[in-house]
Amino acid sequence: MISGAEIVIRCLQEEKVDCVFGYPGGSVLHIYDALFKQDQVKHILVRHEQAAVHAADAYSRSSQKVGVALVTSGPGVTNTVTGIATAYMDSIPMVVLTGQVPTQYIGQDAFQECDTVGITRPCVKHNFLVKDVKDLATTIKKAFHIAATGRPGPVVVDIPKDITAQMCEFDYPKTIQMRSYNPVVKGHLGQIKKAVQILQEAKRPIIYAGGGVILSDAADRLTKLAHRLNFPVTNTLMGLGGFPATDRQSVGMLGMHGTFEANNAMHYADVILAVGARFDDRVIGNPEHFGEEKRRVIHIDIDPSSISKRVKVDVPIVGNVADVLDEMSKLLDTGFKTDPEVADWWQQIDQWRGRDSLRYKQAEHIMPQYVIEKLYEVTGGDAFVTSDVGQHQMFAAQYYKFDKPRRWINSGGLGTMGVGLPYGMGVLMANPDVPVACVTGEGSIQMCIQELSTCKQYGLPIKIINLNNGMLGMVRQWQEMFYSKRYSQSYVTSLPDFVKLAEAYGHVGMRIEKPEDVEPALRKAFTEHKNDLVFMDFIIDPTANVFPMVAAGKGLTEMILAEEL
Amino acid sequence: MRHIISILIENESGALSRVAGLFSARGYNIESLTVAPTEDPSLSRMTILTRGSDEVLEQITKQLNKLVDVVKVVDLSEAAHVERELMLIKVRATGKDREEMKRMADIFRGRIIDVTESTYVVELTGASSKLDSFIAALDAGLILETVRTGVCGIGRGDRILKV
Repeated sequence: MISGAEIVIRCLQEEKVDCVFGYPGGSVLHIYDALFKQDQVKHILVRHEQAAVHAADAYSRSSQKVGVALVTSGPGVTNTVTGIATAYMDSIPMVVLTGQVPTQYIGQDAFQECDTVGITRPCVKHNFLVKDVKDLATTIKKAFHIAATGRPGPVVVDIPKDITAQMCEFDYPKTIQMRSYNPVVKGHLGQIKKAVQILQEAKRPIIYAGGGVILSDAADRLTKLAHRLNFPVTNTLMGLGGFPATDRQSVGMLGMHGTFEANNAMHYADVILAVGARFDDRVIGNPEHFGEEKRRVIHIDIDPSSISKRVKVDVPIVGNVADVLDEMSKLLDTGFKTDPEVADWWQQIDQWRGRDSLRYKQAEHIMPQYVIEKLYEVTGGDAFVTSDVGQHQMFAAQYYKFDKPRRWINSGGLGTMGVGLPYGMGVLMANPDVPVACVTGEGSIQMCIQELSTCKQYGLPIKIINLNNGMLGMVRQWQEMFYSKRYSQSYVTSLPDFVKLAEAYGHVGMRIEKPEDVEPALRKAFTEHKNDLVFMDFIIDPTANVFPMVAAGKGLTEMILAEEL
Repeated sequence: MRHIISILIENESGALSRVAGLFSARGYNIESLTVAPTEDPSLSRMTILTRGSDEVLEQITKQLNKLVDVVKVVDLSEAAHVERELMLIKVRATGKDREEMKRMADIFRGRIIDVTESTYVVELTGASSKLDSFIAALDAGLILETVRTGVCGIGRGDRILKV
């Protein structure tokens, strides 16, 4: 017989969890005590529970493993909600273990009590409250199973303190069967055949690839299939790296800040092969405008509710992206011929490409785009790039050409400012010794700045690329364009001296103000200071805006281009 | 369009709130909801009366199926089914109304299940429209209290919702 707390740790060991991100407190003291007595599961002590969940999320995004966070009851839980919702929106597998007040106190407004299952219910794939120590191991097994299978997502397991003290036999189930949960894996063969037939007839095709390609580890399969078809490929923000950005067939990211060629190709395509993407509002713009063109849509997604939700789909294929692509490739090998008219389509695309919609003017100040281009050069395109949310995020997505999956770590769905730094921590725990750049802004970085302390404690050498324009850039951009330049509350005064701040935490700080200093500073950070966290405060042009831009409510082809201003 | 959704769901605490939460979070409406355990006590059967276009209904059933606790979902109104609702209605029954109430209950095949000097409680089962008609047929001033279970329904013949 072992205690509930020991059972929790044994379960983590059985799941081959090598590290958890957390913060101790009253309700989880037994678990922390059990954690202390072993060394298989490492614990990363964050400075705020939100960061624990973000880090576990990035641990998962940057590897194939399930990230784990451990927090106490009450405020420990409420602090995790932003992180859980962030992971939920991007379908990231994660298990969050939360302490709860002892069973007999539940519902009594006890100290540090909150209704964890109730508060997290709308932003988890599933959650559990463990009421009997005999159910503890099975529940944790279920949590890992549910988190990682089907459309992945975060699962919360709420464990009352008395349960962690009770003694029980430990028996970890090897497999789990749930009559209510049996996600589909294989796609329907008849539908796949129908899809291949349509691909064969396509004259203006496009492959529209989303985060599902990354989650399903299907980047290689997609690349092979795209090459076989000779179709253009566009990636969503979540799908970057799912197809090599430097490949001739890549037309770049689409959507609100997508390239001219990607948005036009998507809009005017006669056949769209959607792979693990969900036609969200930031991708297709105004759905009525998008619906004006006649086209056939093939949609591969593991979640049936993503299909025909915003855009009517002609050939739905419910299944795991990797499995469906395998089946599709097999069928293609039996004599597929791309329609000769696709050559004309490529000419049209090249003409759109000729607009060079990501071109920008150099200025006296450092241009943010330039910083990202140099970051790409200096890291050889091989860094793991985490980002926060705002202009800098879009610049990173547009100018850092991701050739590999799981290298671009950002909050696409929820758009959570503050994730960048904890995301860097998660990446480094899952992938020790890789170069990690956190592209951020002076607004976002301050939302989880306390984690500089965690980075010091565990020696996490993140390179923070702070694109500092003294403004909440994306808010300012919208105010400039749609609110007659009334910059309501988008100007940040009283910024800290970031160099001193970094130094105060024991890190290296740099302030870069001239364009010619950008590259040397980056080189220094990634070579001389390879093992240090370097906070690079780039003072950038405060007027820089993100283009192309599809304004909210506009059609995908109604882009505002930089050259038009 | 009016739809009756039948759901088999694990009989666990919080299961109801997952379903109710899904409807409110996604802006679907619930006209009535009824739930109780089935002959297998580990399963509950829930019946939800909702309205929406075909697209909305498709999303509702897909989203319900996505809930981990949900075992099966069926739109009963897609095919032949029977539906019933039960109402208990307390009415004032004094003087000449006393006999009139008895007569009305008989016409609607209701049963008087509680009698006091001044009130009756009438039990009435049927399609929701029948219950509505009964209410409409009474003098509104005589109705003291009504309680309705909401619709429950079952497929006809071989249409069976079971694990």
